[in-house]
Amino acid sequence: MEQYRINPSKGMEFGLYSLGDHIPNPLTGDRVSAQQRIHELIEAAKLAEQAGIDVFGVGESHQTYFTTQAHTVVLGAIAQATNDIKITSSATVLSVSDPVRVYEDFATIDLISGGRAEIVAGRGSRVGAYHLLGVDLQDYEEIFEEKLELLKKINEEERVTWQGEFRPPLENAQILPQPVNGTIPIWRAVGGPPASAIKAGYMGIPMMLTTLGGPAINFKHSVDAYREALEQSGFDPATLPIATTSLFYVADTTKEALQGMYPHINGGFIAIRGGGYPKQQFAQAPDTRDALMVGSTQQIIEKLLYQHELYGMQRFMAQIDFGGVPFEKIMKNIEIIGRDIIPAIKKYTAK
Amino acid sequence: MKIVVLAGSIVGSKTRTAAVTAIEMLQNKYPQHDVTLLDLADYTVEFSDGRNYFEYDGDTKLVAETVMGADAIILGTPTFQASIPATLKNIFDLLPVNAFRDKVISMIVTAGTSKHYLMVEQQLKPILAYMKAHIVPTYVFIEEKDFLRKEIVNDDVLFRLERLVEDTVLTVEAYEGIRKKQDEEYDF
Repeated sequence: MEQYRINPSKGMEFGLYSLGDHIPNPLTGDRVSAQQRIHELIEAAKLAEQAGIDVFGVGESHQTYFTTQAHTVVLGAIAQATNDIKITSSATVLSVSDPVRVYEDFATIDLISGGRAEIVAGRGSRVGAYHLLGVDLQDYEEIFEEKLELLKKINEEERVTWQGEFRPPLENAQILPQPVNGTIPIWRAVGGPPASAIKAGYMGIPMMLTTLGGPAINFKHSVDAYREALEQSGFDPATLPIATTSLFYVADTTKEALQGMYPHINGGFIAIRGGGYPKQQFAQAPDTRDALMVGSTQQIIEKLLYQHELYGMQRFMAQIDFGGVPFEKIMKNIEIIGRDIIPAIKKYTAK
Repeated sequence: MKIVVLAGSIVGSKTRTAAVTAIEMLQNKYPQHDVTLLDLADYTVEFSDGRNYFEYDGDTKLVAETVMGADAIILGTPTFQASIPATLKNIFDLLPVNAFRDKVISMIVTAGTSKHYLMVEQQLKPILAYMKAHIVPTYVFIEEKDFLRKEIVNDDVLFRLERLVEDTVLTVEAYEGIRKKQDEEYDF
């Protein structure tokens, strides 16, 4: 775990992440400017650090309703504005970028932040980036596997000699700058079904698993499949961290949480996916066994501990700004997370 | 209430004839509702490539968005090789999972012979159920011999179409009632 800067003796890490979505607030119909949205993200990272949150992530999505396409630039600003909090992507759509450039960017963020940068590499669940940046969706699978392998190799080797299909070969190339301690933690972003989790296992790379809702137990298949694949490939599962992610909204009471979150999750789904979030399903969400993180402080703590028991993950990442959530609600969430949730979680999960 | 009558083939006349008949019945009986005919023969629709339905252009976007905007869809389909035509399957492929949640779908099926009368049960209903449609259980099956020069000449078929149109509208109203009752229980 040390190699990935995870210290299990301190308990499960708690992080925040954003896709930088830029959706009007469904309650008012107003949309803040892209400039304000980005500044609020940087501000949220500072508040998260003050609240004792361990990690802050920003992801990229190249289409309407998003604003952090240049997520590495935003992460650079966050690196400069903070002192202790870990900084990660959530995720970097590696398939549409050159792994060398990605590594250069994150090594630089690592230098700016004094060794706090991480990469979470994914394929992207939206296809906008592929069309925009001229990558053939036909190669969706292979291009990602090849690029992730190269990224991992760059991280592990001082001079890189490499040859592949989707990028010119590297001949004894030195990739500069080097990060503070020579390497950066690199994770693989994994969606719901086990197939991608198994690929992460074969590669022996930490996994960030998205668990956006529905029964938490359904995602255990992916966790088990990941660890099994790790063992098959000769890796020790005890040395490779798992993170899970979910949409998140906490309030003083269940009712307040449901009322606070529903318009945003529903509006966000309509904007991005073209269909809302069913009320009946949402009404079930505060149940401990449901993966969607909505509820009172106590309910969220119980959900997190239940999931920690199920998955044994080292990190949980919360998305608290999806669907045009106004900044005062984001601040309120960060406050409750720092004051009540993190102390309880750390207390029960520290080894 | 928005009702779309979709004719799922780009060739032939039987399905379109039946669809137009259904439209006339809807307009006579329910002039207050918003009724649209989508005959796929009138549009050039791309094959699905994994994009969100609203990210296509032109006819593809128009057809997909019209279907997604409907409260009820009366699907007209011919029978091709013991199944629905590829043009209709492509419409389903363009849409997201759960696309038909909270939508009512009823069906009109045309075929050359009576041998295909279970095609809907085996081929079409499983897709609609997977996509979460409220399916009107009874459908209208129309054979070649029920048509003469692009008109339906079998009174039994016409009566059944009238009942289908009525069932479609009533089913939408019934589910609206259920949803309203459910929503009243939630305080969010």
